[in-house]
Amino acid sequence: MTRTIQEINEKIKQGRAVVCTAEEIIQVVKEKGVRQAAATVDVVTTGTFAPMCSSGAYFNVGHALPRMKMGGGRVTLNEVPAYAGFAAVDILMGATAIPDDDPRNKVFPGKFAYGGGHVIEDLVAGKDVRLTAQAYGTDCYPRKTLDTWIRLADLNEAVLFNMRNAYQNYNVAVNLSDKVIYTYMGVLQPRMRNANYCTAGQLSPLLNDPYYRTIGVGTRIFLGDGEGFVVSHGTQHNPGVRRSEKGLPQVPAGTLAVTGDLKKMSPRWLRGASFTGYGVTLTLGLGIPIPILDEETLEFAAVTDAEITAPVVDYSAAYPHGKPEILGEVTVAQLKSGEISVNGKRVVTAGLSSYARAREVALILKSWIEAGTFFLTEPVAPLPSADSGYKFKLLPERPWDGLQEAV
Amino acid sequence: MAKKKVVLNFPPHLIDQPVTYRLITEQGVRVNILRARITPKEWGNMVVELNGKKARLEDGLAFLRELGVEVEHLAEEVKWREELCIHCTACLAPCPTKALYVERPNMTVGFDREKCIACELCLNVCPYGAVEIAIEQ
Ligand code: SF4
Ligand code: SF4
Repeated sequence: MTRTIQEINEKIKQGRAVVCTAEEIIQVVKEKGVRQAAATVDVVTTGTFAPMCSSGAYFNVGHALPRMKMGGGRVTLNEVPAYAGFAAVDILMGATAIPDDDPRNKVFPGKFAYGGGHVIEDLVAGKDVRLTAQAYGTDCYPRKTLDTWIRLADLNEAVLFNMRNAYQNYNVAVNLSDKVIYTYMGVLQPRMRNANYCTAGQLSPLLNDPYYRTIGVGTRIFLGDGEGFVVSHGTQHNPGVRRSEKGLPQVPAGTLAVTGDLKKMSPRWLRGASFTGYGVTLTLGLGIPIPILDEETLEFAAVTDAEITAPVVDYSAAYPHGKPEILGEVTVAQLKSGEISVNGKRVVTAGLSSYARAREVALILKSWIEAGTFFLTEPVAPLPSADSGYKFKLLPERPWDGLQEAV
Repeated sequence: MAKKKVVLNFPPHLIDQPVTYRLITEQGVRVNILRARITPKEWGNMVVELNGKKARLEDGLAFLRELGVEVEHLAEEVKWREELCIHCTACLAPCPTKALYVERPNMTVGFDREKCIACELCLNVCPYGAVEIAIEQ
């Protein structure tokens, strides 16, 4: 059995496409077997809703009069600094940016109540956001200061642009030390009293297409309840890691860079998040449809939580110091049961990625396809896969001694 | 160790008495003063957090009442705001009473108010402000 994306789109147009979520397909395969399931089902929808720190948004705020060149100046949105190293009125807000006067971790652990992720959420919610800018002034852009309210509807462009989202598999974080630690994996109690994980497991986009056979450059996706696109592989893409027999990476592997029009998104799917003692981020809903081109794509898309394993990593020492050792491997099914066993010790688990909301993403995407409002795309170019030799590297540090030029 | 937040209302005749001192030294209760308003010859009040063995706390409160101090419990509760919750389950690990729980296999989080002891351990764990403290007097 084989089928093309063109054929699937034809069926979508006629309202005849058979769509299952990545969770539903598991049952279908159980009942009908891979062969018949592949013959029946055209598309499997995936989803995830999780903190994704390397997210950001760029805006063209329009020209004030007289004109002002914010590029090279200083810009804030609700007191959160935005990056302004572009032309006159293009600015970029990163998810983890925080106000200059945020106390950070001076009073430990810091609360990080408001930052870039919240600014993006507020804009998408249609709220007024305060824009301030200082510039040096030029003959063509004489204005030097600006302090005004803006809102999403009035901006020329407002685009979510994320250099790394949708990590394929992720670490399970524990803390072997004697004191509480505050991390991007949440609050970790001493002596391994909890284990925090962050994956949508069997619903996770890249775990349902482990070798990126169908997901590629240009793939149309669900992004923040609007339409988005895969730009390319994301930063830190690391497809060559060790994989299970079924091709599932056993440590963090592939990533995606994605983009989409913020004006079409909803604040329910872009949430600013405050991680105590760590910082601010953006929790984002992302879903990818997987065309069932043959039995192999279906088999991959029918992956279950019991088949996905994640490494348990100590975030008090091994992670901060980049040591490769892991304390063991557990399955996502075990993680979701509420308790895992690490070196014979029972450890309570807690999630950071919302499985309930991941399912909702997959269901929404399914409903769009069934309604004939969302069509699948052929990738314009493939993502580097397991055999590409593409790798994630650490920084080869060459300290500056202040005298000689770096060689 | 138990913990209790209470409002102590002092009648005017007790204002110049070392009541808190006696509560600490004689009753062995640890007192953390959160707010206080004391004016000579008027009713004064103080919001305190009392720490100690449960029996000690009860004895301490009985001692205060005997002296004529009116003791009111501070209705403090932790609220779970469903509309802000994303059902990530991060708060499940620190919750000692399973007041915050998850329904499997749907993985939706719920909150059982009856089980919550307002220990506040979940507060700095939730990244979305979905659990918050509500203080009413
Ligand atoms: S940590 Fe917050 S958002 Fe997550 S389940 Fe608990 S209350 Fe909900
Ligand atoms: S205050 Fe304590 S008991 Fe109540 S929900 Fe939070 S962690 Fe659980």
